[in-house]
Amino acid sequence: MSGTKKETGFSFTIDGVEVTAYAGQTIMEAADEAGVYIPRLCDHEGLRHQGSCRVCTVKAGGRSVSACTQPAAPGQAVENETPHLNKMRRDLVEMLFHEGNHLCPICEASGKCELQAMAYRLDMTEATKFPYLEPCRALDASHPDIALDTNRCISCGRCIRASQDVDGKGIFGYVGRGIHRRVAVNGANLADTDAEVTDHAISKEVCPVGCIIRKRIGFVTPIGEREFDKGLIGHDIEEKRK
Amino acid sequence: MSVSAQTKLPKARIATASLAGCFGCHMAILDIDERLIALMKLVDVDRSPLTDKKRFTQRCDIGIIEGGCCNEENVHVLQDFRRNCDVLIALGQCAIMGGLPAMRNAIMHSDAPLLECLDEAYITGRYIRNKTHNVPNDPALPLLLDEVYPCNQVVKIDYQIPGCAPGGDIIFDTLAKLLTGKFRGFERDMIKFD
Ligand code: SF4
Ligand code: SF4
Ligand code: SF4
Ligand code: FES
Repeated sequence: MSGTKKETGFSFTIDGVEVTAYAGQTIMEAADEAGVYIPRLCDHEGLRHQGSCRVCTVKAGGRSVSACTQPAAPGQAVENETPHLNKMRRDLVEMLFHEGNHLCPICEASGKCELQAMAYRLDMTEATKFPYLEPCRALDASHPDIALDTNRCISCGRCIRASQDVDGKGIFGYVGRGIHRRVAVNGANLADTDAEVTDHAISKEVCPVGCIIRKRIGFVTPIGEREFDKGLIGHDIEEKRK
Repeated sequence: MSVSAQTKLPKARIATASLAGCFGCHMAILDIDERLIALMKLVDVDRSPLTDKKRFTQRCDIGIIEGGCCNEENVHVLQDFRRNCDVLIALGQCAIMGGLPAMRNAIMHSDAPLLECLDEAYITGRYIRNKTHNVPNDPALPLLLDEVYPCNQVVKIDYQIPGCAPGGDIIFDTLAKLLTGKFRGFERDMIKFD
């Protein structure tokens, strides 16, 4: 197996660093293996790529592409950590904050939230230029073990893909269009679906924010010991390079 | 620079105020602990709950605001700070994005969130013991705004120190760097929104 891989392997560069890729790998997959972190929100290991959040945008051959869907190509020069790309990513992340109701101090996901962690990594600390939209969104606490607070949903679709492809259930799906698009469940409410707290879609890795909540385990990890208290998002990938 | 030359430097003036906040951010200023002594060598404190001065005695270099604007008085205080301070800092999530008071803006799933909030707080709430069955309406009370507004939606804000409350370290660091002209943004691992 490794023999075949070697034959089809080729190299390209990310910010000048040479990276090896294999036919069919996306830029992000090759980067991950090489220990180069490309920021992302809608992509998640083990789920099919969706390419919707555009936080992973890189420049390949001068063109903007989403690294999670774009196949790597031999000899390609990819730009990733540039001030221009990070600024654009920060704007995207900031817009996600403004489009929903993100009150981190009261959120169960705080400290292990990928959106928040991305804001830290991208230095989202300046006075904002976007308005807070403060939408009125649904909260569904009907299920005995799971709650859904769509105020924090960023429409990454990770739960949809996890439920469909991994759990074989299809509990989650999008409703609405454009800025009103949100996840909804295939029943009157969560209690009416066959969602179980053991589903992959409900597991702590899938929802990057505090939208899908497993009840009775909120705030269990003390401040200082939560996932992103220990390091910037992406550090686990970057450490592979050292 | 010798100590005598240093002492000749004019001290900077700072002022602080708490608008729609819980005073936690002011408490966090005290978390600077013994470094407060170092800070006090660099600054004099003008209008502030820390000095109990209610008005500006002169123009200030830095104004520090905790909390957003939930009522008319908050807006006046904030505008007064903008007029009287060269640099205005929003301290903590309430000042930056409305924070906890902003929970009344939209996530109450109501067409009239303010009305529902007051009703629940003073009349219909389960544990309310309010014999008058009225929402307080004394003329001395400042008029509530329809929503809670972050500071930068009311005046221009120059810097924001994130956190709820921000730690003593990030407050001290930011102030010390601003006062010595060395502030170039935050270290990433100091940024916290909670
Ligand atoms: S989901 Fe993340 S960004 Fe949103 S409020 Fe919770 S911690 Fe903050
Ligand atoms: S519920 Fe969570 S996983 Fe699903 S789309 Fe919203 S943010 Fe993504
Ligand atoms: S940011 Fe937090 S600590 Fe500061 S005033 Fe608001 S609620 Fe209190
Ligand atoms: S991670 Fe690539 S578009 Fe979202």
